[in-house]
Amino acid sequence: MPWEYIEDGVTSDVTFRAWGQDLDELFSAAAEATASAMVEDAATTVAALRTVPVRAEASGLDLLLLRFLEELIFEKDARGLILRAREVRVDGDDAQGWTLQATLVGEPIDPARHALAGDVKAVTLYGLRVERDGAVWRAQVTLDV
Amino acid sequence: MLEGWQAGCSCELTMPPPSGIRRVGEGVFELPAIVRPGMRVPVRIFASEALLQAMDDAVFQQAANVATLDGIVGASMVMPDAHWGYGFPIGGVAAMDPRTGVISPGGIGFDINCGMRLVLTDLTLAEVEPRLHELVDALYRRVPAGVGSQGFLKLSEDEFTQVLEQGARWCVARGYGTAEDLARTEEGGCFAGADASAVSARAIERGHHQIGTLGSGNHYLEIQVARPEHVADPALARRLGLTRPNQVAVMFHCGSRGFGHQVATDYLQVFLHAMKAKYHLEIVDRELACAPFRSPEGQRYFAAMKCAANMSFANRQVILHRIREVFSQVFGRSAEDLGLRMVYDVSHNTAKLETHVVDGARRELLVHRKGATRAFGPGMAGVPAEYRETGQPVIIGGSMETGSYLLVGVPTGAAAFFSTAHGSGRTMSRTKAKRQFHGRELQRSMEARGIYVRTASYAGLAEEAGAAYKDIDAVAEATELAGLSRRVARLTPIGNVKG
Repeated sequence: MPWEYIEDGVTSDVTFRAWGQDLDELFSAAAEATASAMVEDAATTVAALRTVPVRAEASGLDLLLLRFLEELIFEKDARGLILRAREVRVDGDDAQGWTLQATLVGEPIDPARHALAGDVKAVTLYGLRVERDGAVWRAQVTLDV
Repeated sequence: MLEGWQAGCSCELTMPPPSGIRRVGEGVFELPAIVRPGMRVPVRIFASEALLQAMDDAVFQQAANVATLDGIVGASMVMPDAHWGYGFPIGGVAAMDPRTGVISPGGIGFDINCGMRLVLTDLTLAEVEPRLHELVDALYRRVPAGVGSQGFLKLSEDEFTQVLEQGARWCVARGYGTAEDLARTEEGGCFAGADASAVSARAIERGHHQIGTLGSGNHYLEIQVARPEHVADPALARRLGLTRPNQVAVMFHCGSRGFGHQVATDYLQVFLHAMKAKYHLEIVDRELACAPFRSPEGQRYFAAMKCAANMSFANRQVILHRIREVFSQVFGRSAEDLGLRMVYDVSHNTAKLETHVVDGARRELLVHRKGATRAFGPGMAGVPAEYRETGQPVIIGGSMETGSYLLVGVPTGAAAFFSTAHGSGRTMSRTKAKRQFHGRELQRSMEARGIYVRTASYAGLAEEAGAAYKDIDAVAEATELAGLSRRVARLTPIGNVKG
C-alpha cells in the first residue's frame, strides 16, 4: 500500500502521506498507515479473523477520511482490535456530500504476536488534506499519539 | 498589563525567524500583535535565549493563530518546553474572558487531564537497588501499558458514570487510596460540575475498561532517586517530604485514555459545525475549532471535559493503588510503613475557570493549558493547606534517560496566569527518532547506565530516546529565570515502565 511517514511532521505526533489511483485505494492506504502506527508491520502480521463493517458520511472528503480512520482507533480501544481495510468504496461529490462503505478486517491485539507501536489517540484536523494531483489522489494526516 | 509582568528592556535580538521578536524581560520575549492579521493580543514566550532559538518556527505561528481567538486576554503564551503541536502549540496557555470568549478543545488536547503524579517513599537507593528488577517487573505486570491494554476494574456503565462525576473520590470511597491522596490532588481529584449526560455512549464504550492503564507514547511510570547533589533547595525539599539522601520516589504520567480522546473527538466535530453555521466564528486552523464558552455547545463540552478530567484522576488513583500493592509485596511491608505518600497530582491538559488579576482588577478567566502546568504561588486558594507557604508543587516530567523535576509555584507566576512548563519538550519527531534509535539497544545502554526499563513497545521506546527531547535542566532553569516556578529537586530515573 502506498503511504509513508513524514520525518519532519508534527514533533510529538505521527504525520503520514498516503496516495492511490482512486479514492478507494487512497483510503485503504491511509487505513494501513494508521494501523501501522498502532502495530508495526500491521500489513503482514494482522490476520483477518474479525470483520467490522463501517459506514460514514461527511460534507468533505477530508472529514470523510477522518471519520473512517477514527473507526480504526475506536475499535482498538473499545474492543482491543487491530484492523485493516479490506474493501473501501467512496462515493459522492462536494455538492451532495460524500459517503463511505468499508469492511475492516483484523483480530484482537496480542502483544505476543504483534509488535506494539503507539496507542493512537485521535485523528487531528491539523493539516488534514485529501486532494487530486493529476491522475493520483493524495492525503496528509496527523495522528495524535 | 498583567500583574507581576516584568516590564524590562525591549532590545531587538538579532536572530533568525521569527523576525520582530523582542526581549521584554528576564526570560520573556514578545511577538507583537501584528505578525499575522486578526491577532487580538501579542504572543509572549517564556524561555531562555537558547531555548527560544531552538524552538520550532511552527510554535510561533501556532501561538499567533491562538492570539486570534475570540475573547483572549493578555497574551497568547508559550512555555519554555513548547514545541509544534496541532492547533495550539504544546506548551501553550490562553486565558479567555468567559463572557465573550471561546472554549477550544484544541487548547486542551485530546488527552484531557493528562498529568503527573509524584509519590515518595521512605526508602533509599541502597534499599531499593537490590530489588529493582523485581520491583519494575512487578509494576510492568500490574500496571497495564501499551496499545489495547485494559485495567483490572471491571465497571458497569452505571459505575463508570459515577467515576466520571466523582473522579478519584470514587476510588478512595472504594478503598483505592486515602483522603490524603485526594487532598494532594489538583481540585481534590474531582472537577466539580462534571455531567455524564454530556458524554457520548461511544466515549463510554471506548474507555470504560481502561481505568488503571498507562497508555503509550510519552506515558510512563518511573522509579526515581533524589540525589543530594540534585536538591536545589534543601529547605523547600524538606517541606515537600524529601528528607533523606538518595530518597526513592515514584513518578507517573498518563491521562484519560480512550475515553478522554473520544470526548475531544466528539466535540471537535460539534464545534466545527456550530462554529460556522450558528456562531459565525472565523478561525485560521480547523484544529482551533471552538464555541462561545457561554453557548450550549461550549457548556456541554466543558461539562464533558470535566468528566474526562475525572476519569484521568481516577486512572492515576487506581495506578497509585497498584503501586502501593507492588511495593508492599516486594518489600514485605505495608505501603504505609514504607512511607508511600503523594506529593501532588497535577494536570497539564485542561481548561479551568480561575480568578486572576488583570490590569489591577480581579477577573474570572477560562484558562486553557495545553502541555502547561498550573503553578499556583504561596497563599493562593486551591493550594492544599500543607503547601500554602511553599507554593503548589509542580511536576515536570523529563525524558526517561535524563530526569524530571519537582518545583513549586511562585508569586511572579501571575505573569503567565500561574502556569509553567510540563515536560522536556520534543525536538525530534517520533518518526525521525524511530529511525535514529533502536529500542532494544537503547534498553541495554540504559541498563548499563543504571536505568532498568520494561516496555510494551520497542518502537515506542526508541521514540522516547532522551536525545529526542530538549535539555530538561535548561527547561527547568528557564521557568525559574522567567519567574514561573522555582526548582526544588531533580529526580533521576533508575527504573521505568514504558507504554
